[in-house]
Amino acid sequence: MFVYYLELAARSFRRDRALTALMIVAIAFGVGASMTMLTVLHVVSADPIPGHSRDLYYILVDSQRLDSYVPGEEPDFQSTRFDAEAIVRARRADRQAMMSGGNVAIESGRPDLPPFFVSARYTSADFFPMFRAPFAAGAPWTAAEDDGSARVAVITRALAGKLFGPGDAVGRAIRVDGHDLRILGVLDAWQPNPHFWDVSSGRTYGETEQVFVPFSTSRELKLRPEGNMNCWGNEPGPNDNLALDAPCTWIQLWVELDSPDKVAAFHDFLISYSEEQRRAGRFQRPPNVRMRDVLEWLDFRQVVPRDVRLQTWVALGFLLVCLINTVGLLLTKFLRGSPLLGVRRALGASKRSIFAQLLVESGAIGFAGGILGLGVAWLGLFAVRHQPTPYAQLAHLDLPMLGATFGLAIAASLLAGLLPAWRGSQISVASQLKSH
Amino acid sequence: MRFLVDTGPILFSLRRHRTAATLIVLQIALTCAIVCNAIFLIRERLVRMDRPSGLVEDELLRVRLAGIGTTEGAQALTKRDLDALAAIPGVKSVVSVNMVPFGTSSWNSGVSTIPDDPKSPMNVATYLSGQDLVGTFGLNLIAGRNFQPEEILSFEDTAEPAVAIVSKATAERLFPNQDPLGKALYFGSKHPTRIIGVVELLARPNDWGGRDAVGCSVILPVRMAFGPASYILRVDTDRREEILAQVDAVLEQNSASRILDSKFTYTALRRDYFQQDRSMAWLMFVVSAALLVITALGVVGLASFWVQQRRRQIGIRRALGATRGDIVRYFQTENFILATIGIVLGMALAYGLNLVLMDKYEVERLPAQLLPIGALLLWSLGQVAVLGPALRAAAIPPAIATRTV
Repeated sequence: MFVYYLELAARSFRRDRALTALMIVAIAFGVGASMTMLTVLHVVSADPIPGHSRDLYYILVDSQRLDSYVPGEEPDFQSTRFDAEAIVRARRADRQAMMSGGNVAIESGRPDLPPFFVSARYTSADFFPMFRAPFAAGAPWTAAEDDGSARVAVITRALAGKLFGPGDAVGRAIRVDGHDLRILGVLDAWQPNPHFWDVSSGRTYGETEQVFVPFSTSRELKLRPEGNMNCWGNEPGPNDNLALDAPCTWIQLWVELDSPDKVAAFHDFLISYSEEQRRAGRFQRPPNVRMRDVLEWLDFRQVVPRDVRLQTWVALGFLLVCLINTVGLLLTKFLRGSPLLGVRRALGASKRSIFAQLLVESGAIGFAGGILGLGVAWLGLFAVRHQPTPYAQLAHLDLPMLGATFGLAIAASLLAGLLPAWRGSQISVASQLKSH
Repeated sequence: MRFLVDTGPILFSLRRHRTAATLIVLQIALTCAIVCNAIFLIRERLVRMDRPSGLVEDELLRVRLAGIGTTEGAQALTKRDLDALAAIPGVKSVVSVNMVPFGTSSWNSGVSTIPDDPKSPMNVATYLSGQDLVGTFGLNLIAGRNFQPEEILSFEDTAEPAVAIVSKATAERLFPNQDPLGKALYFGSKHPTRIIGVVELLARPNDWGGRDAVGCSVILPVRMAFGPASYILRVDTDRREEILAQVDAVLEQNSASRILDSKFTYTALRRDYFQQDRSMAWLMFVVSAALLVITALGVVGLASFWVQQRRRQIGIRRALGATRGDIVRYFQTENFILATIGIVLGMALAYGLNLVLMDKYEVERLPAQLLPIGALLLWSLGQVAVLGPALRAAAIPPAIATRTV
């Protein structure tokens, strides 16, 4: 029956070529535009570390002055170096790491490769196991290297290839801002997006940092940090904003806790830490702590660009208009073919089979629209990738999105076909036969 | 009103095609709502992209470089760089400054009119430069004077600047209806910084602080070394590329152990900064155009069907003496009525959509003068779309009335 309906549909398409083409194009553009924007939205709002995002918590304690305190207000969105170091040292979580972004000069010493800048991350040993960073060779540094401000580094495979070619980079030296560091490990391809661990910089999407150095080492070597810094109550005169006791927030602090009990216990620890600091005179405000897992933190910081959401809504609105357009045109088309439907009814076809036949016809239009819509989505994503926005490079049509495009096209056309098909199946047999 | 004589029969006939008429009205309404908001968003982005900085942008170049590791004598090297850059033919002046409008970094500070204020009432962008920033940026000094050499500090000094030049926006916010000259500013300490000059406009580096804070900035006479600071060159407009090409070699001569991070004309800097807005405006434009085309084609499709369905009636009207013009006018009036209903609905919808956008995406209120533009657009679109089918209807010969009976 289905095949017979398809044949009827094909015949019907041949009768109204222009109208059919118009419907296919409308569905293709509606679906193509929607899938383009949904793909971009999917890319920018995806879970960057699936399976672990609920176990990793971004930690904040409030260390600012009492005279600017507003009860209930959020603490500043980063930590002071003092608090971060103290909380990491306490080792109350399964894993804990403090970190800051940086920008360092790399000198290869090779005449064919002039010095260049790469982005760096100054962090502590747990960073790698905590964020499931895969190693291609070697291993991360340990707490011992953190404590000893060891001259060590972990680099990405891309940077290792650029500096040393295909050879083994582990054990070799890399010259970072004029200091030789021994390479302990090389990271395999790893691109969690967004870079949830530090969303304060403009580089939230795209490539990860290429050089990782122990935080303690970065301070001893005075490597430049990069990112947002907020200071308050500075004494007049020159201030070292990077000093241990500087009243400045610029550190991101993460912990891993794999059970609700541990989360509750850690929350208690943060409260007691704050109270202790207050007794010691460092904190002035009542304890004000925050723990957010990866997804909560990304949501709170509104990491997904607002424009992307807006564009997605616009594309879906566009699809809606295309659908209404298709409903109208299908109705036109089916009613125009009503004399033929009248004949089929008179020859014994039930209302249900007419309805089914017309729905198959709608679905066939959706199928064709889906194929064309894939082309539109592909072109759309091609255009998106040529935008200079950092997340643009990530927008590719993957298999699930491909299936979704098809599904959306067929579902949309079936939905659009419901009303026209029903109207088509309700025509009165007698009047259609009479006029001819 | 000869145009509307057919209204009665048209409404009667539309009642018989309620579903199709409803669909086309709905489509026009949605298109109207989306296109109105899209035009508004485009306009908003264009205004944003056009935001003035206060600088003579077409005469400026920006060069950034950074040392490898800690550079000893960075201030002295900066001085030599500035002298060398100023000596390039076509360069009018050079400064070293911590940030620029539409750059990537921004330095901000709380500022108050009273000493030791824990809650600074406003936040300003703090431009630091030890050279003639006002002259090189081409800022318009509307009151007071520029800095004098003895007022200039070095970034490494322990003292705080005694004087500042503020933007008009900053002056008006801190000292409404007063002469700001000679008034004291406090950057969270006891130390007063006196206002000696006011510039008409100096934009913040970025959108930090939102729409109200755009023009709130101060200039402090603090000498900045390369690295955190970048060099701004004011040059002859038509020699920009030529000078930009010479910069590397000139700086390399002063010291080889540095990396040139980036060099741009200011025009390029502005273009990069507003790239996202440009993409958005284009996307809205393309979507609007596609919507209008789809809706026009929908109108054509439906009108063609109606013409075909009414061939006999049209023939009869023609046989009874209706002119071709009458037939065309009938379809045009019909379309006008449908479009009008769609537009009225669309306006309400556009307004509702705008309310949602205002709530979620910090869009401003849809200005009323945009609505007639949307209406005019859809009316003309409908008329153009219906013209083809209407002309075909008018071409139906009166003889058709006799044929199939």
